[in-house]
Amino acid sequence: MIEQVDTVKRQKRMADLRDKRHKAEVRFRRIGVAAVSVGLIFLTVLFGVVLASGLSAFKQTYVQIDVAVDAEGDNYQGMVKRGLREYFPEVKKRRDKRKLYALVSSEAPYRLKALVEENPGYRGKAVSLWVRAGADVDMFVKGEISRALPEDERRLKDRQIAWVDSLEDDGRVETRFNWHFFTSGDSREPELAGIAVAVLGSLFSLLVCLALSFPLGVLTAVYLEELATRNRWTDFIEVNINNLAAVPSIVFGLLGLAVFLNVFELPRSAPMVGGMVLALMTLPTIIITGRAALKAVPPSIREAALAVGASPLQAVFHHVLPLAMPGVLTGTIIGTARALGETAPLLMIGMVAFVVDLPETILSPATALPVQVFLWADSPERGFEERTAAAILILLAFTILMNLTAVLLRKKYEIRW
Amino acid sequence: MPRNRVFGTSIPTRKVIVERMVMGLLIACSTVAVLTTIGIVLSLVFESFLFFRKVPITDFLFGLQWSPQTAIRADQVGASGAFGAIPLLVGTALISAIALSVSGPVGLYAAIYIAEYASPRFRAVVKPALEVLAGIPTVVYGFFAALFVAPLLRQGGESIGLAVSSESALAAGLVMGVMTIPFVSSITDDAITAVPSALKEGALGMGATRSEMVRQVVLPAALPGIAGGMLLATSRVIGETMIVVMAAGLTANLTINPLEAVTTVTVQIVTLLTGDQEFDSAKTLSAFALGLLLFVVTLILNVIALKIVKTYREQYD
Amino acid sequence: MTSSGMEASPETQSGANVHVLDSAQPVAKMATEDLTVFYGDKPALHDINLEIEPHHVTALIGPSGCGKSTFIRCLNRMNDVVPGCRIEGQVKLDGEDIYASGQDVVQLRTRIGMVFQKPNPFPKSIYDNVAYGPKIHGMCANSEERDAIVLRSLDRAGLLDEVRDRLRAPGTSLSGGQQQRLCIARAIAVEPEIILMDEPCSALDPIATARIEELIAELKERYTIVIVTHSMQQAARLSQKTAYFHLGRLVEKGDTETVFGDPQDERTRDYVMGRIG
Repeated sequence: MIEQVDTVKRQKRMADLRDKRHKAEVRFRRIGVAAVSVGLIFLTVLFGVVLASGLSAFKQTYVQIDVAVDAEGDNYQGMVKRGLREYFPEVKKRRDKRKLYALVSSEAPYRLKALVEENPGYRGKAVSLWVRAGADVDMFVKGEISRALPEDERRLKDRQIAWVDSLEDDGRVETRFNWHFFTSGDSREPELAGIAVAVLGSLFSLLVCLALSFPLGVLTAVYLEELATRNRWTDFIEVNINNLAAVPSIVFGLLGLAVFLNVFELPRSAPMVGGMVLALMTLPTIIITGRAALKAVPPSIREAALAVGASPLQAVFHHVLPLAMPGVLTGTIIGTARALGETAPLLMIGMVAFVVDLPETILSPATALPVQVFLWADSPERGFEERTAAAILILLAFTILMNLTAVLLRKKYEIRW
Repeated sequence: MPRNRVFGTSIPTRKVIVERMVMGLLIACSTVAVLTTIGIVLSLVFESFLFFRKVPITDFLFGLQWSPQTAIRADQVGASGAFGAIPLLVGTALISAIALSVSGPVGLYAAIYIAEYASPRFRAVVKPALEVLAGIPTVVYGFFAALFVAPLLRQGGESIGLAVSSESALAAGLVMGVMTIPFVSSITDDAITAVPSALKEGALGMGATRSEMVRQVVLPAALPGIAGGMLLATSRVIGETMIVVMAAGLTANLTINPLEAVTTVTVQIVTLLTGDQEFDSAKTLSAFALGLLLFVVTLILNVIALKIVKTYREQYD
Repeated sequence: MTSSGMEASPETQSGANVHVLDSAQPVAKMATEDLTVFYGDKPALHDINLEIEPHHVTALIGPSGCGKSTFIRCLNRMNDVVPGCRIEGQVKLDGEDIYASGQDVVQLRTRIGMVFQKPNPFPKSIYDNVAYGPKIHGMCANSEERDAIVLRSLDRAGLLDEVRDRLRAPGTSLSGGQQQRLCIARAIAVEPEIILMDEPCSALDPIATARIEELIAELKERYTIVIVTHSMQQAARLSQKTAYFHLGRLVEKGDTETVFGDPQDERTRDYVMGRIG
């Protein structure tokens, strides 16, 4: 009988435990869901924040001003200022005047100058022209500066807002698509800053990077995977490549600085040097994925080629490598996409300069897209914040595009032996 | 070549010469990777050597003060600058610890959920979505940390009466942690799918629940693979630059309070080497000494990690 | 089993109560009713009706791909693990459908143990392998009880003498046959009523196989055993009941002597004569 009591006790204990275990199971599952959610929520918020702060940069506010062009002289700045003063004759104080002038971008005189030089007939006449609004006005019109804020907390003061309102009432304020953002270089004024230099710099760097890393990577992969006999030397190369793939990117930047700039005395800030550094970083990725792609080609292909009298080299280059190409390209694109987003090594070799003019060759100074993001993110003006986010959007668009291409390539040419 | 001997000649044919040249080219290509490593080591060691002639290596490794500004006038107070790397190392360790305490558990649990619980449909959507996190350039994370997370933490801290620095280690660490989630989760995923399904079935067949199977059978068996992955993640976090440059502080601050601003090795390298630099000044050279330190630490972590992962893979092959 | 129920020894208590009822009213321990299994859209088993007698060894035989493994995995719901696997019909344990909603798989599997094709000891010590089940199910109140269960299970699996002085050695350090007996010990440690064996000897050499066969013959005194085997000799040697599967259908079932000696179905005859493998 004692044993039976024990059995009952034990069964009760086991049943209680089973309840607990089922609860633990549910808990464990919930933690898993939570972990996945953390990742997904972060991703959503990140994209949300960037989109919310970046989209407005693709629009730009323009203001129409009337200017009486002097018959003589080139004081275009004076003409623009006079035009503004005449439109708002009630502004008298010097401080107010300065605020008034800030309604339009500092490029307004240059626009006027270009217009007059193109049409000398405007001399001595009054012209009406659209110019970019100043950064703060631009922000205000696009709704980025709220009217509801107390005056001392916003950059655009009440008086200026009144002016903008009256301009708007006269139909003299417009927002247009911001082409300028895509066609111009950096500027100290947010409303004038564009990403053209950065995009070109990135493009040049990536071309250099590809031109170096693709052939080097593929040939190395072919050698290691197909032709080399395994010995200590190839083992060493292999370990070396695997470790290189995990070296922090900034260390590659130090290498570039010490070797390419200081020893070989290549120019600072040049996309060529940037591309060379990125090539060294991308090389391990291309080699590793290239070898995997070569390995996936079945040995029967090699044997078939060798059996008809091809040399090992011919077998590889005529038969195996072409079959492995989709895989190799996929790896290359992924590696290049990563190189596109690299910032730290480019900072080391001086591609972090303030560059206004578009680079003409791979030796002219330039920045790169991610570096431009870094530079603008550091600027305090609100106008630069939206431009930073816009540059990120473009950077992300390119990155996603490249990765998508890689995925599609892999899907399309996925070889089923 | 045996083939030529049939024709009674030992003069290599044109084809053979071309092939030998191509082979030579291939070998030359394969040495580029080795040359890169040698280049890294030589340049770091050489510049560090110059630095250690100006600043004793013990001061660098054990000094508690980091203020590398060199004197403008020779008689200036504190002219020499202080090059003690400890505050930077502590800052790096602090931010890395925060990052890993995010990405470790989150990555681990996400991988377990995706591998053992999720339906194939869910897996097909969520896995690539998480991997997107790994593809985002780090400068974007930096922007996000500085613009969104740091102010959020500061306001959150204020509302409960905590003073959170706007360049807190916490903001940089958290964002860096999220960045490394896919890193940890993909390696964990590899490790747990490599555990033979016979073991999993054995546990389930004994009446283990799924979570018991995972915790008591799968994870212990996958532990070496996961440990290797975590080491790789650590090395990645230590070497990460842009997030900390944009979201962590610049001044060396010897603290382990995550709410304060600290600076890291990579931040200092960037600060020292961007902007105007005098060549051969202790300030510029110190960046290379920091680089050497970074390289050595990450290399050790990588070598150990790769070794663990490799032996682990062989175990189940 | 009725006799051991009389003894009322603690180790057989949980099963004993049920068996007494069973013997009073002789019904099958397990039975499937119109069991159909799909993998995705493809049916792998069609309308299987099979009864499993208590304290018998039931052998499931048939050419490879006939569905015998799928069938045995339905008996303790191991197919739940396979994505895309769907089940129709009923599987009854003591008259209760184990696929009915509200059935606890965890509890079910303590009643129906399983031994797999390849020995799969956990990467733990021999002791921990056997103690695993009792530990997770909370079967023992203290460590003495646990020690007792481990030793008794190892003894019943015929392994105790070989491992007595190295219980802390890893389970994987044993030979293949020993590992499989360890897995059997692990299964019987939770005191199941039924043990399912999915080709338990297919990865073992003849000597180890003989050892396991002996063990199975002993175990049937205490447990109901279902064994999948591709060896007809083994089925003939070990089992009292045999079911012959062919292309996802149950073609013939009955006493082993009848199935082997006087098969009613053409296909069974071909198979036992060795014409199809």
